[in-house]
Amino acid sequence: MSAPNKSYDPVEVEALKPEQIERIRDEALAAFAAAGDLDALAHAKTAHTSGTSPLALANREIGALPPQAKAEAGKRVGQARAAVGRALAVRQTELEAERDARVLVEEAVDVTLPYDRVPAGARHPLTTFMERVADVFVAMGYEVAEGPEAEAEWFNFDALNFVPDHPARQMQDTFFVQGPEGTAGDESGVVLRTHTSPVQARALLDREPPVYVVCPGRVYRTDELDATHTPVFHQIELLAVDEGLTMADLKGTLDHMVQALFGPDMKTRLRPNYFPFTEPSAEMDMVCYVCRGASVGNPDRPCRTCGSEGWIELGGCGMVNPKVLVACGVDPAKYSGFAFGFGIERMLMFRHNVEDMRDMVEGDVRFTRPFGMEI
Amino acid sequence: MRVPLSWLREYVDLPATETGRDVQAKLVSAGLEVETVEQLGAGLKGPLVVGKVLTIEELEGFKKPIRFCTVDVGTANGTGEPQEIVCGARNFSVGDKVVVVLPGAVLPGDFAIAARKTYGKTSHGMICSGDELGMGDDGSGGIIVLPDEHEVGTDAVALLELVDEVLDIAVTPDRGYCLSMRGVARETAIAYGLTLRDPALLDVPAPNSFGHPVTVSDPGGCDRFTARTVTGLDPEARSPLWLSRRLQKAGMRPISLAVDITNYVMLELGQPLHAYDRSRLEGAIGVRRALPGERITTLDGTRRILDPQDLVITDDRGPIGIAGVMGGANTEIADLTAHPETGEAQGTTEVVIEAAHFDAISIARTARRHKLASEASKRFERGVDPEAASAAAQRTVDLLVLLAGGSAGAGVTEIVAPSAPHTVAMPADHPDRVAGVAYGRETVVRRLQEIGCDVHGQDELVVAVPSWRPDLGEPNDLAEEVIRLEGYENLPSTLPTPPSGHGLTERQRLHRRVGRALAGAGYVEALNYPFIGDAVLDALGLPADDARRRTVELVNPLSDEEPALRTTLLPGLLAALRRNDGRGSHDLALFETGLVFRPTGEETVPVRLPVDRRPTAGELAGLDAALPGQPRRAAVVLAGAREQAGWWGAGRPADWADAVEAARTVAREAGVELTVHADQHEPWHPGRCAALFAAVDGAPTLVGHAGELHPRAVKALGVPERTCAMEIDLDLLERAGTGALQAPRISAYPVATQDVALVVAQDVPASEVEHALREGAGELLESLRLFDVFTGEQIGSGRKSLAYALRFRAPDRTLTVEEATAAREAAVALAAERTGAILRGA
Repeated sequence: MSAPNKSYDPVEVEALKPEQIERIRDEALAAFAAAGDLDALAHAKTAHTSGTSPLALANREIGALPPQAKAEAGKRVGQARAAVGRALAVRQTELEAERDARVLVEEAVDVTLPYDRVPAGARHPLTTFMERVADVFVAMGYEVAEGPEAEAEWFNFDALNFVPDHPARQMQDTFFVQGPEGTAGDESGVVLRTHTSPVQARALLDREPPVYVVCPGRVYRTDELDATHTPVFHQIELLAVDEGLTMADLKGTLDHMVQALFGPDMKTRLRPNYFPFTEPSAEMDMVCYVCRGASVGNPDRPCRTCGSEGWIELGGCGMVNPKVLVACGVDPAKYSGFAFGFGIERMLMFRHNVEDMRDMVEGDVRFTRPFGMEI
Repeated sequence: MRVPLSWLREYVDLPATETGRDVQAKLVSAGLEVETVEQLGAGLKGPLVVGKVLTIEELEGFKKPIRFCTVDVGTANGTGEPQEIVCGARNFSVGDKVVVVLPGAVLPGDFAIAARKTYGKTSHGMICSGDELGMGDDGSGGIIVLPDEHEVGTDAVALLELVDEVLDIAVTPDRGYCLSMRGVARETAIAYGLTLRDPALLDVPAPNSFGHPVTVSDPGGCDRFTARTVTGLDPEARSPLWLSRRLQKAGMRPISLAVDITNYVMLELGQPLHAYDRSRLEGAIGVRRALPGERITTLDGTRRILDPQDLVITDDRGPIGIAGVMGGANTEIADLTAHPETGEAQGTTEVVIEAAHFDAISIARTARRHKLASEASKRFERGVDPEAASAAAQRTVDLLVLLAGGSAGAGVTEIVAPSAPHTVAMPADHPDRVAGVAYGRETVVRRLQEIGCDVHGQDELVVAVPSWRPDLGEPNDLAEEVIRLEGYENLPSTLPTPPSGHGLTERQRLHRRVGRALAGAGYVEALNYPFIGDAVLDALGLPADDARRRTVELVNPLSDEEPALRTTLLPGLLAALRRNDGRGSHDLALFETGLVFRPTGEETVPVRLPVDRRPTAGELAGLDAALPGQPRRAAVVLAGAREQAGWWGAGRPADWADAVEAARTVAREAGVELTVHADQHEPWHPGRCAALFAAVDGAPTLVGHAGELHPRAVKALGVPERTCAMEIDLDLLERAGTGALQAPRISAYPVATQDVALVVAQDVPASEVEHALREGAGELLESLRLFDVFTGEQIGSGRKSLAYALRFRAPDRTLTVEEATAAREAAVALAAERTGAILRGA
């Protein structure tokens, strides 16, 4: 910073003439306008606003003026500096905006490039569908119950009123487990469970009524694998035992389930049938998920899913046979119950239009991956 | 049971407009599973008429013998001239009556008939076989030759009852009575509210003492035996068309008149019958259990060794039939043959008819023991009406007299073990309470009477069930009858209110989380069959004494190659891996969670528990003691690229570390921190196998293995090179879980980061170095991370450099450089002491 000028010389303050200041200002403005980029502007800024710039020098000269000229010159220089500062800021902003726009354009990428560095995994639709069905009932207050897959015959058959030698015991083609050394053939008393129903008996023995459980799981029958059969498949079983339960309650529960899984306009139909562990027993159908019954009597719109029957068979159900309650230590005079069970594969087949059972069995990632985490 | 609609109409006056589909709908809602309604003669269009063969000219020079015939069809062809027809069949002669289809007709299968040139002649129509008319096998092996009495020119569509509907009913085990026209007609009559003409309502002569002698020495196995005799049968008599047509429509093949009649009566009344050639019987008929070692050759020509529990029919020589299952060859009705010298027709001329009732369980056991399911055993197993036996015998006698010119013997043998009608006591409102519908007593009683019950009582009903319904034994059985007849479709829909629930258990949540976590990490779930055999255990390279070779065996496996249940999840997963690889998916990460089956070696054979009470705790424990261990496992297999190459850069092959990380992913969901040790365990690569440990009930416990597979196993299994795998026990992890997580304290003071590089011998496990660093660093250590492993000349051979980033932080103050450095030095010092680590560059 220069010291105040005590001995001023009027000749040397030529630079403070009004026209001179205007010239200096206009040169600065022109230089800013001419700056094509931020670097050029930075040069122009140094040239026209730094401590050695003409305007700064002019500012410094003010001190050398006679007192009477100071005010006017100060005002004039101040106005010029303000104009230069404004112009610089405006140009700075303009050039930054230009630069930003250019850089962002340069940095643009092809966002349509595919990215499959680690392909997504997936859970099997049978697993997720069983969970989904179970969740419908869990939301109602049911518990999920489980049991072993190699199961005592007593649980798989006897407790469920499959009397030895009754034809019903042969309805399900059973895998028998070899007994300990010294036992022959099927004498081990152990089978691969043919249905999830033994979990019913276990649940009743484990709990005091009221009992409301669902039992999803894997079951086994001696069928060869083909497009519609598999020796290893999945079922979900439901059991409710309480005071005063009726077939109307069974029907209502089934309706609720199909509506929760397939949509609010779904309904079920019961047809009399026979199962040893329920009496009365019924086969349950639901309105065809695909044609909603529109294919019935309508040859122009045949439905492959239901064979134009309008209904799809889901599984068996009924009121728990009092003999089952007795075998599980529940008083049939006080309690009644209902149960149903159905195959998960079958439901999955028509819910997702799976055409071949083998697709659900072989573990081909191309089948499973699209099903993702939930179903 | 196949039920021709035309036959059904004989017992129920169904409206003429009712179609098979209409009847199907009614019966389905009454509880009969009518699977299909077959339309016989659909699309059939005449003229189809009776013709008489006038001439036969054998055409020579063709690959097979061909006949050029002229056939009199009356005026059916419009001219009255003989019809010229070329025919390839040979089972007819001049003068025979045959079925002729004329040009303009359409046979089933949209087969239009026109005059056409063939074998150098013009054939104006066809002489028909049963197959061509959609009749099924008539046993002729050629064209149909009609009995002579049918007039030339008669419409054969009506004569052969070619147009009909057949309901095919899958009869459930409780409804044995519906294995008869009588039973199905009864259900039809009830469903339509019409009257049943019961074919079993016949006048039957009283039993007397001069019938064929019968001795029943096992009244428990046989509570009823009726024997009737018919003599003077014409061995040349053939089944009339109506009879053979009904049998065919019901799915049975006509054989001979006497056999056809017994089959017909069985179909009509549900009572299995047997006809013995009386001339071949020696002495009295007996019913007893077989003697040890006794043998019989049954009608199917099989020689069988009888079991002492088999119920048999005998004569003086020994067994002549397996009761209720199949007759013996030694008393079979003889086929019609010509006498070798005189040429006279000879065959059975006198028969003894058996109509008996056998114990269902005894028959069921015998049929299964001999793998011999017959029409008779099928019915006896499901329950036959014992009260219909005499009527069935009478009906058989009547038909033999009518159709075979026989005369009924006056003797009527009937042996009946005394029994009272079965009754069931039931509160009158029981069906209402089961259904949740107020039917009222009147409806309940009416419905029970409709199915043949006798009902007494007011509020408490005493219901005598009909003899053909042995399945009605409990109040709920009767409730079902009322509810089904009132219509299941009329049940209201109500929703019960279960007590508030607790949602899923911790265990169930864990299983779901594990699946989600593995899928989230890129693994695809496969649900594999649990069947394995020695081959795969060998391929895995398991030693002879490996616990995974102790398997649970199946008595009746689907394949003898895979008779056992899996002891590890790997075989199934590796097979799925191989399958995917073979189908062109090479970058694979699969997982499965499921049970494996591990014999305890302590399995016992459970005693058969009763079902009339709750088993005791001890009895239930006995059942569970019979079961093998069934722990739940999770497993993964990997091959190919774990990360794909792409525009972002290079890919990365799946390796052992991915397998170990999969284990950590699973363990993390259980809230368990795994400790990893090097191990050598088949089927893993001996240098790339991690044993996984967790603290179960406070003790470090082996919970699984992970790593790269042994190259030998890879080769033997045919999976891609460098395949990696992990298997871990979820039940153990569940037990190792630490329960509710304690929230960490978060310090807002600045972090002090210090890096160290330690040089250790190549074989020092990184986990030991890390463990020492953590312990040595003390409480100020917030986290520690290995960020580089380096080997090279600078380090010296046989050594490696491990570079760690240590982050220090205090909960209550800003650490000074001196404090952080002191902690780091303490960490390095302990690592040096424990592992021989040297600070790199020091």
